[in-house]
This record gives sequence, C-alpha cells and structure tokens, in this order.
Amino acid sequence: MRHAGRRIGLGLYVLALLLPIYWLVIMSFKTNTEITSGLTFWPRHFVFLHYHHIFNDPVWRHGFLTSVTYVALNTVISVTIALPAAYAFNRYRFLGDKHVFFWLLSNLMAPPAVYAMPFFNLYYAVGLFDTVWAVALAHCLFNVPLAVWILEGFIAGVPREIDETAEIDGYSFPRFFVRIFIPLIGNGIGVAAFFCFMFSWVEQLLATTLTATNAQPFIAVMSRTYSAAGMDWGLLAAAGVLTMIPGALVIWFVRNHIAKGFALGRV
Amino acid sequence: MSLVLEQLGMTVRGEEVIRDVSLRLERGTMTILLGPTLSGKTSLMRLMAGLDQPGSGRILMDGHDVTGVPVRRRSVAMVYQQFVNYPSHTVYENIASPLRVAGLKKAEIDARVQQAARLLRLESLLTRTPTQLSGGQQQRTALARALVKGADLVLLDEPLANLDYKLREELREELPRLFAQSGAILVYATTEPAEALLLGGFTATLSEGRVTQFGPTAEVFRHPGTLAAARVFSDPPLNELPVEKRGPTVTLANGRTLPAVGALANLPDGAYRIAVRAEDVTIGEGQAGAFVFSGQVAVSEISGSESFVHIGTDLTTFVCVEPGVHEREPGAAIAFSIDPQRLFVFDASGTRAAAPTMAEPA
Repeated sequence: MRHAGRRIGLGLYVLALLLPIYWLVIMSFKTNTEITSGLTFWPRHFVFLHYHHIFNDPVWRHGFLTSVTYVALNTVISVTIALPAAYAFNRYRFLGDKHVFFWLLSNLMAPPAVYAMPFFNLYYAVGLFDTVWAVALAHCLFNVPLAVWILEGFIAGVPREIDETAEIDGYSFPRFFVRIFIPLIGNGIGVAAFFCFMFSWVEQLLATTLTATNAQPFIAVMSRTYSAAGMDWGLLAAAGVLTMIPGALVIWFVRNHIAKGFALGRV
Repeated sequence: MSLVLEQLGMTVRGEEVIRDVSLRLERGTMTILLGPTLSGKTSLMRLMAGLDQPGSGRILMDGHDVTGVPVRRRSVAMVYQQFVNYPSHTVYENIASPLRVAGLKKAEIDARVQQAARLLRLESLLTRTPTQLSGGQQQRTALARALVKGADLVLLDEPLANLDYKLREELREELPRLFAQSGAILVYATTEPAEALLLGGFTATLSEGRVTQFGPTAEVFRHPGTLAAARVFSDPPLNELPVEKRGPTVTLANGRTLPAVGALANLPDGAYRIAVRAEDVTIGEGQAGAFVFSGQVAVSEISGSESFVHIGTDLTTFVCVEPGVHEREPGAAIAFSIDPQRLFVFDASGTRAAAPTMAEPA
C-alpha cells in the first residue's frame, strides 16, 4: 500500500512538472482559433502551420542561427579561457589567489542589467554593436567565472602526481596538458560547456540590448511577435518548443555528470 | 657516474624540511632512505629529481651542477607510494609514454615495452586501462614505466607500502634485480627497518630532515653512529635508559647500580644513555653476567611467529621480542635480562660511545 501511495504521489508530481511543457507543445500544433476558443487537451485539427511559418520566414531563421552562433562562440571562448585559469588556481599559489578566485564568483551575483549600459556604450564605440561577437563576449562576464569554478573542482580531483609523472617522463607542458590532462577532466569540460551553453541560451537582456537587426537573437524575434497587433499564440508556442530543443539535446549528453556540475565539481 | 648532494637545505613555509644533507650515490648501487613519516624522505627525493629546488646547496650529476635544471631535461624516473598512472591511457601506452616523448622509433618502443612488461608480468594486461587493474598490477605498471625509460636516477618512494603482504614480498625480491641490470643509481625510501635489511645495499637514516648516518645497510644496522640513527633503524622501538657512570659501576634512574661491564667498560665517567634493541631483550634470567630486571606484562602482541611483550618497570616500559607465539596475561610478573655485551652506549650529545662487542648471531 505504502509503495503504491508513493508511486501515485511521484506520478502526480511529474505530471505537474510536465504539464506546462505538454501545454506548450500541443498549443504549437493548434490553430489560433482553437487556442482562444476554450479548453482542449488534444488539438482538434493538428496543424504544422506555425512551424511552417517559422522555417520559411528568413527573420526567424536568421534569429535562430544568430542565437546558436553566439551561444557556441561564447561556450568555446569561456571554456578555453577558463581551463588554464582553473588549472592555475588549483595548482599554483600566487599573490591574492584565494581573493581573486572568490571575486570571480561575485561576478555571478550582479544582475546583468547592471552591465547592459556600459557594454552597450563600449561596444557601440568600438563597432561591435549588433554583432554575434558582442553577445558572445558579454556573456563571458558570467560564464567564464562559472566555468573556472566548475573546472577547478574537477581539476582538484586529479592528483598532482600525474602532472609530475608527466614532467618526469619528459612531456613539455602544452603536450602534457593536451595529451594527458584534458582527457582526464573531459567530464568537467563537458559539464562546464553545458552550463555556459545554458546560461548564454536563456539570457535575454544583454542579448537584446546589444543587438538590433543584423544579429537579432531568437528571443528578440519572439518578443517582437507579442507587440504586433493581436497575439499569435500558436507561433509563439512553436518558437518556444524550438527554443527548448537545443537545451534538451545538450542535457541528454551530459545527463550523467550534471549533478557534479551543480556542485561545481566538488562531489 | 655519481649523484652528489652538497649541503642541501630546504625550507617550506618557515619549516626546515631538509637540513644540511650531503650524500654521494654511485652508479649501480641501491641506497635506502630510511626514516619515519615526515623525516624528509620524500622531500629529499623530490630534490634529487628536480621537482623541487633546494634553498641552499648543490646537486651534481657526474660532476655537472644540475641544481636548477628542470625535471623534464634530466634522466630521472620516479615511482610513488600511491599508484600513479595515466588513467586515460592503456597499460601499454602508460609504459611507452617516456619513450614516445623521447621520440624513439615505433619498433624499438614496442620491443622495450614488451620486455618491461615481461619482466613485470604485465603481458596479458597491456590493453587494459589502469582502472581495470588491481593495486599490485597498477604499481607494476608504474614500475615498468620507470624501468623502460632507462634513466640514470631511479627514485622509488615507498613503492610497496600500499600493497598487500604477499605482493610486497614478491616485488621486494624482484625490484633490486630488475634495476640492477640498468646500472642506474637506485634510491628507495621506506619507513621499515626490516625492509631495508632485506634489500641490502646502502642505507641513509633520516631524522627530522637530516641524514644521521650513511653506509652499507648491515653496517649502519650493527653500528649506528648516533642515537637518532639507532632509533630509526629499530622496530619495535629501541629500549633506552639514562645512566650515570662512576668508576666500575653505572647507576640507573631508580638508584640501582650495575657493574660497568661489556659495552660499558672502558668509558670515562659521566652521563650516558644506554640502548638495546627489542630482539636483544630476553625473557627469563638469561646467561650468567646478564643484567636481570623484573616488571609486569603491560601488553603482549603476536606478530607472525614472534611475540612482542611490553613490560612495565619502575624505569621505563621495555619492549621484548620473543620467538614463538606466546600469550601472556597483562599484569603477570615477569623477569627479563639484557646481555651487557649487546648494549649501545650514547653520550650526552647522542653520539655513540660504545657498541655491542659481540659478533652478530647468524
């Protein structure tokens, strides 16, 4: 009996979690008339109209591509910068190392809105405004510190003696780092990349402030849809579903290591 | 070919871990660094390897000063107490690693890896990764990597400490033989006097970052030059008593007087510390002329086919090794004797004043 009760409770909980996602997905296959006319749990007329619209509209397509580009750029830049930094923080002692390490984390505590204006002004002055680089670099502000923290935790799990053994074997530092060290913290790099991807993908304020038409991100295109006369419910729902897909794909790849990432590698 | 350490000193965070160490190690010899934990064995090895730089002193290899030369440009191999291998490489690649870096030809790498694998009985495990190996196999992989490199200086830092008893015995027998052919300068750190005696070669006893004695292992064991060296080379711990010598007698701390015979004869008057190894304390009255003491059994432990008896007296707690398995009740009255010929006598500064006069029993 107790077993069954637990199962029912858990089932209800999962149902409650999945309900909004389910609703979003079925909305994207309904016509706008059906959405606004009452409660239906399954589309009466299954339509691909909204997806068709998005895939054939160059503005939507360009928005999606822009978002994917700056997120990928940001992930690569953040992890590439964070990797040597995390190694240094873990393996060497230098003046103020602990303070700098903590100060990095404090970058994550300020709301992005604080940085939106200085970034806007700076990028406008140097001609980066309205490019994918503007967003990719701005997102480094919170993603580099995050990646440093996650990677440092994973690096701490690799015994120092491995570094020394490689040194004794005669490896030069770059060769050791690429051939021996990076494979050892592969999981950590995957997790750090995932978190960078996620935060960059969902961030809206900096992404919309630092771009206009050339590099308009997907979310900006979405927000444009509700300001237009009347609301295109179905289109928005379809866009929402498409937004979730890359995240879901990435989660699938790192699903076994995510818990370690949330603990910043310190499990 | 030789490795010479000249007055090495090293301070870590305000603490002197190595103090004024001078040693000369010759090619083709094995030197055992014997000392308790934190005595500086690992620190000294790291200095020899070049992983750490000394605060003072010089390191010479064949007469060339190599003090500041980075590890990767030296001919060194090292094996740690923890089993250190590259977890993402196979056993084969682990062993081949130093040869690949050296840029050897594929055929030669393969020949040398196969040979090392055969010597360390790893042939059937070459395609596995270290995580799929037992502790003993992991350490054999690390040893194979050190062997295959053919380095001039091979450092083994308590390589057998984390292995189980049986494996340890096997590897201990094989190790000196394996490296003997390479003609390298072999350095082996251990905390166990018994291990040092089994391995032979030369021994340097370490105490608080200082080399207290250096010489052929059996020689250092029989004739420790200082109290510190004698302590390090005694397991179970050395039995020590402060005494006062005046004329033909010595007075113990409890007022008892003993005739100044054996090692105690022919010494000038003054304060001394007499010491005797647990193996030289005999249960019972012993032979004529032995110093006889009495006390109560404090603890009795059985170790293999020997028994360690700790005996409380009004002087100190003595430890005695008794052959055979004996169970003794704590608190039981017991008499034991010490042959005055088997005493070490150290003066107030801890330097040996007299050593056992009898030859070692076979």
